[in-house]
Formats: sequence, structure tokens, C-alpha cells
Amino acid sequence: MSGPSTYEPKTGFERWLDQRLPILRFANDTMSTFPTPKNLNYWWTFGAVLAMMLGIQIVTGIVLAMHYVPNADMAFNSVEHIRRDVNYGWLIQFMHANGASMFFIAVYVHMFRNLYYGSFKAPREVLWILGCIIYLLMMATAFFGYVLPWGQMSFHGAVVITNLIGAIPVIGPAITRLLWGGFAVDNPTLNRFFSLHYLLPFIIAGVVGLHIWALHVPGNNNPTGVNVKSKEDTVPFHPYYTVKDGFGVSVFLLMYAVFVFYMPDALGDAINYVKANPLQTPQHIVPEWYLLPYYAILRAFPNKLLGVVMMFGAIATLFVLPWLDTSKVRSMRYRPTARLYYFIFIVACILLGWCGANPPDEPIAKGFPSFQLLDSPLNSFTWLSRIGAAYYFAYFWIITPWLGLTEKTLPVPEGISEPVLSHPATAPAGSVASPEKRG
Amino acid sequence: MSDTVAVDPHASGPSLDTRDPNRRDFIHIATGVAAVGIVGGLAWPFIDQMNPAGDTLALASIEFDLSKVAEGQQVVVKWRGKPLFVRNRTAKEIQEAISADHADLRDPATDESRHKPGKPQWLILIGVCTHLGCVPTFGGGEYGGWLCPCHGSVYDTSGRIRKGPAPKNLEVPDYAFLSDTKIKVG
Repeated sequence: MSGPSTYEPKTGFERWLDQRLPILRFANDTMSTFPTPKNLNYWWTFGAVLAMMLGIQIVTGIVLAMHYVPNADMAFNSVEHIRRDVNYGWLIQFMHANGASMFFIAVYVHMFRNLYYGSFKAPREVLWILGCIIYLLMMATAFFGYVLPWGQMSFHGAVVITNLIGAIPVIGPAITRLLWGGFAVDNPTLNRFFSLHYLLPFIIAGVVGLHIWALHVPGNNNPTGVNVKSKEDTVPFHPYYTVKDGFGVSVFLLMYAVFVFYMPDALGDAINYVKANPLQTPQHIVPEWYLLPYYAILRAFPNKLLGVVMMFGAIATLFVLPWLDTSKVRSMRYRPTARLYYFIFIVACILLGWCGANPPDEPIAKGFPSFQLLDSPLNSFTWLSRIGAAYYFAYFWIITPWLGLTEKTLPVPEGISEPVLSHPATAPAGSVASPEKRG
Repeated sequence: MSDTVAVDPHASGPSLDTRDPNRRDFIHIATGVAAVGIVGGLAWPFIDQMNPAGDTLALASIEFDLSKVAEGQQVVVKWRGKPLFVRNRTAKEIQEAISADHADLRDPATDESRHKPGKPQWLILIGVCTHLGCVPTFGGGEYGGWLCPCHGSVYDTSGRIRKGPAPKNLEVPDYAFLSDTKIKVG
């Protein structure tokens, strides 16, 4: 993809095939000899983790669809049937349900790595935007999937999320009715959610293909953020990163296995083991953990439409980030001030998640005196989520553009090889500038 | 382990650490075996999930009250998703079946082997033609047993294949008499 192909057909059949469908050449150039910066750290492994998680979710999902019944009367029981009666159904269902959480853990690490090392900046804006599209599709898929077991949280989560659309003036209620296929979330809603839940992962797979294509044009960014300057700066993807990714993926799978085998319900909500009842909403309704920060932003605003707009705005902001960041230096390794605000941003996201998990009027510090500020007590999750949301937007719309223009950055190395070779203590004995030419 | 590993110091090209190539080969083989083992072990649940589920197996046996079947008649019940023929044979039908025991049968079986001892009138069969799975018609065909409407297989009053493309007799399921008038199938 980038640079001339290095593929040489070895057998007669490979030569014959190469002239008709150069699929082996494509595989070789993209997955084997692809020149990859030699200094990628383990934060770069999460791309491979995500590809694996997409595969696991598709395979387990197809299997679950063999046993699941998308009908409001039977869906809940069919999921119990999968857990109790289907051979290894418990394993496959837990792999799928926890797989969604693992998928989001990996995507968040992947995105925060991206922010830290400035991978979204030119010339990788399209790569970043494709990633944002995948993230949006993931959230939609996860939401549709969460509705399918038709438990209490499934049902009322679907009610809440679809009602968000109703906030749109004039046409909102009509769109909501269109989504529901009725006057409330009911059997037609469940059927179309199942259809879309089956469809979207394949759309994601398609966009992932574009994402990798867009990656392979400029090539990987790297922890220094400095462009690859010569062949000396890269190693072939195989065996260097296949092995490194293989190890990282194995460690990730261990964590995944701990959840699947020892605490399969830790990330879910117990109330979803109660069958959906349209006549009674659970006391405390929350989305899955990976959507909590957005849920907190939604609730931070006292106006319904404003809350919905800000929640979607929080995601839309990501799409324009490449043009908000004015810094000429990619990696925060050389941006100490930006690094500080970046870590505060991570804290703000975690705080928002914490706010989303708690009732808005609950005091944060119990028994601590508080006073009323405007519509809510200051000592409440409402105000904490307002502070978090304010920082979230300020980080992207004010701090990032302003820092890029004013901050004092550290000296950036000339090339990738320099920081490696200028620290002899960290370079293993016998390491050389072009390891790809050795064994 | 070293005796099972091909010793070829140049197998993976000249390496930085050529002191003991066996150790590197061992790591490669151990990793490969572990990966194959994990993938293989994980593949089984994904295949086995297609087998009948626990609730399907739990409903795999049924009880049936024979007093509902008059002499010379047949009742069809559903068992494991398939038709089960419960036939109350007349003395004439039993006699015809026994007299054909030594005829030129495609799938030789005596009539006695196809019913429970002392209960010759009760013939319990899986009503699925052994050709391609259609349901044979009661009383059809020249032997008074069954005729398969799909491809013309003819069964006698013992359910044995006598003519047509089917290779085997109609199958006798596992069943037992709980009392004189009650059977448990499966």
C-alpha cells in the first residue's frame, strides 16, 4: 500500500494467481512486510485487540442468534434458555455480553492513546474520523444488543434512549413513533433492534477495512510523533509486531477470561435478570458503564433539548478534533503542559462516568454541609457532572487550540532512531540500527 | 523435548543469540502447540452448541395410552419432532407378517423381533420412510402395511421394506410397557 510491493511469488501457482487476483501480494504487503515504526509501545497493541474483539463478538453473536427469539414474549426466556440449556450456551453468552465491555475498554485505551500521541493530526485526519464513525457504530450496536435480553434495564434503557429523539422540536415525536413501530417500545421495536444489531457489526467490519486502508497510506504514528524518515526507522510488521501484538492480545484475553469465568455479571446490572415490565420502571436506571460519561452530560443540563444536544455534541466534537488542535508537535512526550491538561481530561471522563452511575440529587460526600446553588445543591452529582462536562468541552474547544499556540514544547528528536540510540542504557547490548536485516 | 525438535541452527536464520538454537525452537513449538490447543478447545463449545439443548433432551421421552387405539387402527403421535406410528394389528395382519418372515426380505427381520414379547398386536414404529424421510401412508401398498407417497416404497404389516427404493425397515424406537395399556417411548 505505501511504497512499492516487495512480494515475490515463489511457486508457479502463486505467479498464476498473482496475475489474476493479487490477494497474496495484498496480504503480504499489508500484514507481513508492511514497514512499521520500530518504536511502537504496547499502547499500539490495542488495534489488534480491537480487531480480535470484533471477530469474537461476530462469531459469538452469530451463534447466539441461532438460539435467541426476537419476540417480546419469548426473548427473555430464550436468553435464559441459552444460559441454562444450550450446550456451552453459558460460555458463549457470557463471552458475548462481557465481550462488549472488553471491546469498549480496548476502544477507550485506543482513543486515549491516540489523543496522547497526537495520532489524529495531519496526515491521519481521515483515519481518525473513520475511527470516530466506528466508535459511533459500536455504541449503537451495543445499545441495540443490550435491549435484546428484554430485561427490566433493557426495556427501560430502550425507552429512555429512544425518548431522547423526542427532544427534537416539531418532528421529534413522529420520529420516535417511527423508531418504535408503535406507541411505546414493544415487539416491533425489539424485532428491528435485533435486525440492526445483526447488521451493524458487518458495517463496522467494513469501516474497519477503510480504517486500516487509511492507516496504511501514511503508516503508523509512533510514540515520538516524529515522521518515519528512512527504512532504518521501521521494521517489517511480521514477525516484529505480529509477535508483540500476539503477546499483548494474550494478556488481554486473560483479563477477559477472568470476567467470563469468575465474575460474568460484574459489569452488568442485576435488575436485567427481571423480565421487562412496561408498567414499572426500576428505581435507579443507568446505562452500561461505557456510556455513563455521556449519560452524565445528558443529565447535567436542566433543559431536555439542551442535554440531548450537548450529549451528541460531546461525540461530534471528536470529529473536528484534528482541526481544533493547533500544535505542531504531535506527541505529548514533548508537550509537558498539554500532558497535564490531558491527564485532567482523563480524570474528568472518569468523574463523568462516576456521576452517570449515581442518582443526580445524591450528595457526593454524605453528611457534608451543602447549600443550594441555582437548581441543585452544590454537594450533588448534578454539579459534579456540570464541572466534568464543562472541562470536557473546554478541553477540546478552548484548551487544545490555545495550548497549541502558546505552550513551550520540549525539543523534538530529529528522527525515531535518535531517542533510541541516544540512551545507550536502555538499548539492549548488540541492538542495531536495522534489526530487520538480522534474524 | 530436545530429541523431538529438529536441530537446525540455521532454521530461523542467523540470530543474535545463536548459543542454543534448541531453546528458540522449543519456544516456537510450545507457542504453536498452545495456540492450536486453545483454538481447538474453544472450537468445541462453538460446535457442541448446535447439538440438542438440555430442555430438548429433557422432553425426549413420552408416555402413551394404548387404549385409545382400536384394533386394526393406527394412531400417529409426535415424538422428538417426528411421527410415531402406534398400530393395533388384527390377527390377520399378524399372521401375514409372520408368514413373510422367510420371504426374500431386503432387510431381514422376523416379525417377533419387531414387537415386545407377548404383545404381537402392538407395533410401535418411527413413521419415517428410510428412503428420504417422508411419512408413509397407513394401509397403503400391496402388503397392507404402508406405502410411501414420495417414491413408492412399500412396507408390510410388520413395517419391513418389501418394494421400492427404501433400504431399511421402518425403525423400531426404544420403548417399554409401563402397564398393559401404557407405553413409554424414548
